[in-house]
Amino acid sequence: MTVLIRGCSPLGGDTTDLLIDGSTIAEVGRLGEVAGATVVDAAGLIALPGLVDMHTHLREPGREDAETVLTGTRAAAAGGFTAVHAMANTDPVADTAGVVEQVWRLGQEAGYCDVHPVGAVTVGIAGQQLAELGAMADSAARVRVFSDDGHCVSDATLMRRALEYVKAFDGVIAQHAQEPSLTVGAQMNEGALSGELGLTGWPAVAEEAIIARDVLLAAHVQSRVHICHVSTAGSVELIRWAKSKGWPVTAEVTPHHLLLTEDLARSYDPRYKVNPPLRSDTDVEAVREGLADGTIDVVATDHAPHSAEAKDCEWASAAFGMLGLETALSVVVATMVEPGLLDWAGVADRMSSAPARIGRLGDQGRALAPGEPANLVLVDPTAHRVVVAAQSASKSRNNPYAGRDLPGAVVATFLRGRSTYAAHGQAAG
Amino acid sequence: MQHLLSTADLDRDEIVAILDTAEEMSRLTDRAIKKLPTLRGRTVVNLFFEDSTRTRTSFELAAKRLSADVINFSAKGSSLSKGESLKDTALTLEAMGADAIVVRHSASGAAHRLANAGWVSARVINAGDGTHEHPTQALLDAYTMRSHLGDLEGRRVVLVGDVLHSRVARSNVHLLHRLGAQVSVVGPPTLMPVGVEQWPCRVSYDLDAEVAKADAITMLRVQAERMTASYFPSTREYARRYGLDAQRMDALPEHAIVLHPGPMNRGMEITAEVADSERSVIVEQVGNGVLVRMAVLYLLLGGLASPEEDR
Repeated sequence: MTVLIRGCSPLGGDTTDLLIDGSTIAEVGRLGEVAGATVVDAAGLIALPGLVDMHTHLREPGREDAETVLTGTRAAAAGGFTAVHAMANTDPVADTAGVVEQVWRLGQEAGYCDVHPVGAVTVGIAGQQLAELGAMADSAARVRVFSDDGHCVSDATLMRRALEYVKAFDGVIAQHAQEPSLTVGAQMNEGALSGELGLTGWPAVAEEAIIARDVLLAAHVQSRVHICHVSTAGSVELIRWAKSKGWPVTAEVTPHHLLLTEDLARSYDPRYKVNPPLRSDTDVEAVREGLADGTIDVVATDHAPHSAEAKDCEWASAAFGMLGLETALSVVVATMVEPGLLDWAGVADRMSSAPARIGRLGDQGRALAPGEPANLVLVDPTAHRVVVAAQSASKSRNNPYAGRDLPGAVVATFLRGRSTYAAHGQAAG
Repeated sequence: MQHLLSTADLDRDEIVAILDTAEEMSRLTDRAIKKLPTLRGRTVVNLFFEDSTRTRTSFELAAKRLSADVINFSAKGSSLSKGESLKDTALTLEAMGADAIVVRHSASGAAHRLANAGWVSARVINAGDGTHEHPTQALLDAYTMRSHLGDLEGRRVVLVGDVLHSRVARSNVHLLHRLGAQVSVVGPPTLMPVGVEQWPCRVSYDLDAEVAKADAITMLRVQAERMTASYFPSTREYARRYGLDAQRMDALPEHAIVLHPGPMNRGMEITAEVADSERSVIVEQVGNGVLVRMAVLYLLLGGLASPEEDR
């Protein structure tokens, strides 16, 4: 099967045509008629390599009421993603070869995007004992990213051992940086507003103290650490310092930490309850700057679906987390592209190439060039839409952007040449 | 005023209107038959997810003196202790035709949620939400201060103790500030919220420096669970540095009054000698609580169409 993408602009550059033959990109350039090819009119559209998410909660197995691999990957495809890393905090936890292989297989069966399971660092993400990291690495799922996300690997020795151990198979530890003893009962960013609202504070130092420790550990044992969902100005500074030393540190920021601030907690509406919490304007500015200058390598969604009852309640009882897959690119357009902080090549790097590199995904985040796998997304940069929570491929509705006008829209997504999403339902393949 | 959720939402005129109405209530109930027919046919629900016999009883009495029907929904011995959600309880009360819901909840913002989540159409009165606010307590404190000191403009009010976890402190600071009082909060730095320097009050760690100028001093309750969480080294040290004893009381100006929202930890934040002294208006506060709550119920529900017209 061949698809001719007519008149797109790869990474926002010069207009060209792009021919997909089977699962690979066959030709790039001004092309004439191609017999038998399905033609996609891509005038005015940007072509990017398929997006790669380093941080997705697909909830299966265990919380299929909130999301399944099928619904979550459909949402991913609608957001322009061709690969996601599925976090380990499922039930049962993805801490054995059996569970990661199950999730990997469910991803293959669903077919909307590649699902790369993240393995738990510790058994049951309980922070006590290393999980069988090697078995997960050697399994069919070929796990390279390990994380106790949702929990911090707070024990310094255990963190050191994990960092050392994964060197054997070129793995990376993705740390959820949160000193637990500083965040007991924490509900929102600690600051003047938490004091006013009477919600227990989650201080920036609880994130920064762990990052400081872990970049030092990574340097000491010369192994790769990746910092999940960086949310504070101080964290950006620490990571910038660690990178200036040449240490093997990478980091991600979520779309919501690029756009939203703690003021939203004033409503006591649990849609805005997330961990780490929404921070101040100063922090938002700092993470945008960090993403622009490469201190932060990656935009990762931390897509965290929750059932209605987990959010339709009082703040303290509500679950942490918000949806993100279908809005990530639009938020990046609003916060980075439109203000001139990042061009489209930068977007391709932060949302595709860099996460693929960190996750060691050889066939994702590649150039849009002949011979490369045809993983790509077409984006309409001029489109605008008001987000409607009910219009989502996700099973859940905890969308913090509902009612907001966001720029940029995914028009089509291709996974190895196959259409996995087409706006307006006109599948190209 | 549609709901009473926080004193931060009230402007000076609204506060004065409530306090003046409470004064009116005091005159009307200062007679043999204490009952007014004002809220006949109205249903007031006391929804208490936390134990608080005194606040619940005060609201109950206030509603009954206005002839409203009162239903008490408490955490013990009901679906609330079986894990029924705030939402489901709210829907139940809505279906029963509650006109006002007085809610006490351990979660900050619970009253706000109840009023704004679209679950109920009833008026919502916050009777204490987590560590956020307790507006009727602040109103009764201001009422008590006003009855002793007159206009609070320029008066110095000192709030002492666990400001971090105190909904009474938050509500008092906002309300007294709106009334023109000069408010100070005093306590150990560990029990001050981050950002307290942005509140409309002075912050001090030295109680002795504050007492000499105070017109009114409110001693906040120190919860038992704080005593074991390293907020301060020991209860004795706390009492020495931040407790009100006879010696400190003697340093207060002659006219100054001593308040406490109750229940007191005698010997901790206040000695028995002070609590039972002539300067203490703590018992008076209880009576004023009923008046202020009558005023709030009247102002929230009295303006509504009469039940006969509704149906």
